[in-house]
Amino acid sequence: MKKYAYFPGCSLKGLGRGYEESLLPVMERLGVEMVELDDWNCCGATAYMSIDEKQACVLAARNLALAEKTGAGDLVTPCSACYLVLNKMKHYIKESEEMRTTVRRSLDGAGLSYSGNTPVRHPLDILVNDIGLDVIKEKVVRPLTGLKVVPYYGCQVVRPYSTFDDAWNPTTMDRLLATIGAEVVPYPLKTKCCGASLTGTLPKVGLRLTYILLREAARRGADVISTICPLCQFNLDAYHDQVARRWGPVPVPTVYFTQLMGLAFGLPAKQLGLNRNFVRMKPLPAAHAPA
Amino acid sequence: MIQVLRTVKYEAERVKGFGREIMSVPGCENLASCIQCGTCSGTCPLSVYMAHSPRQIMALVRADFKDEVLQSNSIWLCASCYACTTECPREIRVTDIMYALKLRAIREGAYPKHFPIPILAKEFSRMVRSKGRITETLLVMRLFMKANLRAVLGAWRQGLGLIRTGRFVILHERIERREELEKMLASVEAGEANPSPKDLP
Amino acid sequence: MNSNGTNGDIRIGFYICHCGHNIEGMVDCAAVARDIAKLPGVAVSRDYKYMCSEPGQELIQTDIREHALNRVVVASCSPLLHEHTFRNAVEAGGLNRFFFQMVNIREHDSWVHTDRAAATAKAIALARAAVRRVRFHRALETTRVPIHPDVLVVGGGITGIHAALTLANGGKKVFLVEREPSIGGHMAKFDKTFPTLDCAACILTPKMSAVRAHENINLWTNSEVVKVEGYVGNYTVTVKRRPRYVNEELCVGCQECIAACVFKEPKFPDEFNVGLGKRKPIYIPFPQAVPQVVLIDRERCLHFKTGKCKKTCVEACADRHAIDFTQKEELVQVRVGNIIVATGFKLFDAKRIPQYGYGRYPNVVTSIELERLVTSSGPTGGEVLLRDGTHPKSVAFILCVGSRDFKTNRWCSRTCCMHSMKLAQLVREHTDAEVTVFYLDIRAPGKGCEEFYDKSLKDGIRFVRGRVAEVTDWALREEEEGKLVIRAEDTLAGVVRRIPVDMIVLAVGMEPQADAQDVRRLFNMSCGTEGWFLEKHPKLAPVSTFTDGVFIAGCCQGPKDIPDSIAQAGAAAAEAMALIDRGYIEQEPNTAYIDQADCSGCKSCLPLCPYTAIAFDEATKKAAINATLCKGCGTCVAACPSGSIRQHLFEDEEIFSEIEGVLTHA
Repeated sequence: MKKYAYFPGCSLKGLGRGYEESLLPVMERLGVEMVELDDWNCCGATAYMSIDEKQACVLAARNLALAEKTGAGDLVTPCSACYLVLNKMKHYIKESEEMRTTVRRSLDGAGLSYSGNTPVRHPLDILVNDIGLDVIKEKVVRPLTGLKVVPYYGCQVVRPYSTFDDAWNPTTMDRLLATIGAEVVPYPLKTKCCGASLTGTLPKVGLRLTYILLREAARRGADVISTICPLCQFNLDAYHDQVARRWGPVPVPTVYFTQLMGLAFGLPAKQLGLNRNFVRMKPLPAAHAPA
Repeated sequence: MIQVLRTVKYEAERVKGFGREIMSVPGCENLASCIQCGTCSGTCPLSVYMAHSPRQIMALVRADFKDEVLQSNSIWLCASCYACTTECPREIRVTDIMYALKLRAIREGAYPKHFPIPILAKEFSRMVRSKGRITETLLVMRLFMKANLRAVLGAWRQGLGLIRTGRFVILHERIERREELEKMLASVEAGEANPSPKDLP
Repeated sequence: MNSNGTNGDIRIGFYICHCGHNIEGMVDCAAVARDIAKLPGVAVSRDYKYMCSEPGQELIQTDIREHALNRVVVASCSPLLHEHTFRNAVEAGGLNRFFFQMVNIREHDSWVHTDRAAATAKAIALARAAVRRVRFHRALETTRVPIHPDVLVVGGGITGIHAALTLANGGKKVFLVEREPSIGGHMAKFDKTFPTLDCAACILTPKMSAVRAHENINLWTNSEVVKVEGYVGNYTVTVKRRPRYVNEELCVGCQECIAACVFKEPKFPDEFNVGLGKRKPIYIPFPQAVPQVVLIDRERCLHFKTGKCKKTCVEACADRHAIDFTQKEELVQVRVGNIIVATGFKLFDAKRIPQYGYGRYPNVVTSIELERLVTSSGPTGGEVLLRDGTHPKSVAFILCVGSRDFKTNRWCSRTCCMHSMKLAQLVREHTDAEVTVFYLDIRAPGKGCEEFYDKSLKDGIRFVRGRVAEVTDWALREEEEGKLVIRAEDTLAGVVRRIPVDMIVLAVGMEPQADAQDVRRLFNMSCGTEGWFLEKHPKLAPVSTFTDGVFIAGCCQGPKDIPDSIAQAGAAAAEAMALIDRGYIEQEPNTAYIDQADCSGCKSCLPLCPYTAIAFDEATKKAAINATLCKGCGTCVAACPSGSIRQHLFEDEEIFSEIEGVLTHA
């Protein structure tokens, strides 16, 4: 049975809980064991790096050290910001003598250690490259035939530390969606920024970026946008009324790719957290409903 | 009345060494090779909102015009999407330079009083430090209180939506070994205050 | 003069040069001279201001005669500069020129130290070493290697053509080998050339015809060099002549066979038109091809693929019988004295930058594709058309595609600014489209080029200084619908712009040919870090290589335009002619040699020689070194387990005595 250390990140316990609610059952169905890190702390995301980079590095290092301690194998983190921060700090620790010393001293004080070797990976990578599309296809009981899906990756998984896909035109999720039977809509904005936290702090700016993504998805006839990041999902899902007020309605729902996988595996929508979306996805055609 | 401004930048306004300081941050050395091609600005989704385009910020940093850079809204509008870093033909880590500038601005308090973005960063770090994890809804509420009370009113609909969908969290997420984390972060601060010779680059 | 003096003694003349202030400023020359004077065998020990001057050289000659010197040591600058000068002086004085040793106390001493006492001590140590060594020098002779008068020119583009014509006009016999079925290279594909806007074909084809007609040029197209053996003056080159399945002697280029081919319509992508046009399996590369001979593409010809073809082509050629399906590949050997490599460049593959949409969006083309569109003899008859056959109303040029980019190629490809502006002007002539050039810098350094830039500006071509990050097909506004959108910062105006266009032209950069590494090994050359063939000196010897007798010219040495390519072609031809007309080269005797008595035939040395100068004689079961190929690197000397390999001017006693000389002083 494949085993991975699992770092959910703060968002997956909060606004992004639909992601965890769909990721874990999908992994279970595929025979993968996800061992949540004991007492993991916030990775620091993009915010802490603006306050103090050494402290930010230590935050990440504590999690990496905890991951090593579990001995459960590679560390999987679904949230884009966590993925980026943990990989970035890994690089920093490797490249900077000063950072290594600082981190070692902090970890020593807590009785932890970090060798620098634990890979930090994304569920897309695990699913497509470790488990394999063939295995996933076997588990599909209700292919999402006729469902037009826009594969939206966002930024921080594909840039700049992605090892498993192209930074400018990633295709891992495209292939995964095709495997579960969906019709993948060619989408030129698949790695364009959604606005990140600017949707909250500077709505005029942040929401416009979100709007552009929704608008193009609607123009291309998408039924749903499939996303891999909790902040992207929140931005694309929770601001439709404000977007409509400023620029016009673009009612395309946004879900997590794991939720689509769950549907394809025949898991009930409620269990996958699909009811948590502001903009609900239309029910799949009855002909394909589970028995 | 037509507004007429005289703009000349004198050498005395340069903060000599600022450019080199920023370039000494790991990963930012390639700024020396910048040919001001504008690819970063061309690909940056936020560049149309910035007072200075990313390219202009790079030019100002290299020319040591620190005040102009830190007072510009550009560094706060950066969403860290890394498009610039990926496209730059000189492989300059533009995003990391923006982070370095954000750090400086926060350290020196060089931003407008109720500007939400640095406030968010500060509140974020406070919450992480004290609880070990972030509770997003509580963080946003604190942000509104500190930056823009009126926005709370505008966000009521969203708040209700979150409650309805079960995404609204009232209780703080915490880690158990908070003292351990505090000790770790404190040791970094102590190290920075009194760097021992072997810590210095 | 007896090499060891009339009584068998060694009489050494030692000279230390002040070199003005260069040496004297840090080394006490008089003190060194005084120290050396005390050594056994030193008959004369002088210090002098400028040894390389006329009086300095005469001093040596006079002393040789008046003091019966039989060895000379000069302590001064680097041997690279004046070893030759002093050897000449020694020879003029009546001694064998190899009874001379030079000591470098400038680059190795006075120029690199700051402590006068220590520098002087070092000079003394080095001088003592040389004085001890020189007594073991023996009389040696340079050898003369004759130069075969024929020349091989590899590559039939404008550079190879010009080099071949220059040599042929000088009375030399030339073998011009070209891989493609016709000569002409990249230039044959151009419409007009910058900055004069001369028609490329009009200025190139006369030279191509001249090549064909020249009695001194053997033109072998559809051929490649596969082996090169030998050394300067004496190369044996094996050329593979690939079959055209058409007899070159018999075909007159009437092309009736093409018209008669069973394929009624051309079906296959046409290489000359870079895939934009079509041809039949039997074809001629382009109308002005030289030789004007048809060829058959074996991969596509029905007869070769199925064996069941009516062979109407053969019928059409009934009176000449030029078509010959039985033609085979031929290997031919020639002997030449010099080789000029002019194999040109290839263009950057725009698919490597997917952000620009080449291969994805049909109306994104490369500069060479646009050349074929604007050419009146091209696939669209000179019409600049979009894929749907309509004329574009707006065209954008993106410069520096695969150039000046740390992620692809770091260098500047030098010609793209000019050829993009040229193409921009041609597009304006052929359509009334609005043309915008997106650039980083406009590089227009040649004669008439800055004026060309001004003309482009006056013609109304728009220039936006901003490197394009990506080309997109999603529209934000009505005006962008259905078009390709370029979002770039107009850095000079200080604002981000979105510019929708119908057609985008990528100014792809130049790169070394795909097989550059194989070719350079074939000719025993080096490549620089960027992959271009390496010249001997970037300033002073741009067309020579480190292998004597092999020259490079044109874009294979680095990106350049036509005038510079022709200049280099002429330069390489001149270098070759200088060697041929002199008739020989002088070979330094610092070569290794094998004492046949001591050689045990173990063959350890054979694979070590980088110049393949060692051969094993099966009859005597001993190895022997070809002195003409040997470069004196010393590898075999060091490796030989029986010590039977030695090197002139680097004999064991010479080296050991030098070491002793340094150590005795320390």
